[in-house]
Amino acid sequence: MSSDTEQPCDPNSGPCRDALQNLFVYIDGQLTMERRLVIKEHIDRCSHCFERFSFELELRQVVAQSCRDTVPESLKMRIAEAIGCDLDSELPPCCEQESPDSRS
Amino acid sequence: MADQQTFAVDAMPLMTALYSGALRMTRNPADAEDLVQETYLKAYRAYDRFEAGTNLKAWMFRILTNTFINTYRKKQRRPAESEFDADDIYLYHRLGGEQGAALSRSAEDELLDLFGEAEVKEAVEDLAEHYRLPVLLADVEGFSYKEIAEILDVPIGTVMSRLHRGRKQLQKRLYEFAKARRLVPDPPVALAAVADALNTESSAPSLPEADHEL
Repeated sequence: MSSDTEQPCDPNSGPCRDALQNLFVYIDGQLTMERRLVIKEHIDRCSHCFERFSFELELRQVVAQSCRDTVPESLKMRIAEAIGCDLDSELPPCCEQESPDSRS
Repeated sequence: MADQQTFAVDAMPLMTALYSGALRMTRNPADAEDLVQETYLKAYRAYDRFEAGTNLKAWMFRILTNTFINTYRKKQRRPAESEFDADDIYLYHRLGGEQGAALSRSAEDELLDLFGEAEVKEAVEDLAEHYRLPVLLADVEGFSYKEIAEILDVPIGTVMSRLHRGRKQLQKRLYEFAKARRLVPDPPVALAAVADALNTESSAPSLPEADHEL
């Protein structure tokens, strides 16, 4: 364990509270640039808050990656047919005239 | 009908996102397929009303969501609302963030190992619908609050509070999974124990340096 000489993190007051209250909005990228910089500055200095932010960010990535499923081929074909898209060609029909090497 | 022809070009690549979203919404592959197919047909027919230059994915998700709500929605009770407190970073504390913060330092792969893809999906699907939809749209699809507000037709403030509570619930659920698999004892312990349970190489995690960009 490395030593930690900085101020203890107090999630109930001061800049730590400010940062933690904005945790989600920060990670969502929805803070104003000004607010974002204030919090960025804090988490760069406060390792406790930094860890919480990192954890949340990583969890977010895990959730996003886990929630991807493969579309069944049969569904893809049904929809392509319904909307007039030729799946056998490299590009949908509208682009064929610009695509001399499309398989047909 | 040039418009409807460009629809195929632009909309076909969105199918993975829409199908994945539909699966989380319906929690059932057959329903998800029907929902996605219906969404594409509706979007195809209405494509002349789509404003060129705006976000097609958001527009398609709006159709998907409305179709889901009108066709598949089941009534669900809303849990009581609560104010923010420090405990909101639920999973972090429960997994021993205070003691060692090893998990937060770990690679994404380790987090994935800890929960497993199927469990993450289940945790999302277990969320009440009014939390699940905004969490999906924000955390999986990366839509902005404004886009989500438009997709769900609710105020931005509502989007934010539902996201906040939905994420907290999601973390609780993930913690329950970890606990059920005895990855974390109850009460919570330092991460070293979790690391051992996972047979990871780093049996003695050290406090990480602030080395990556947030």
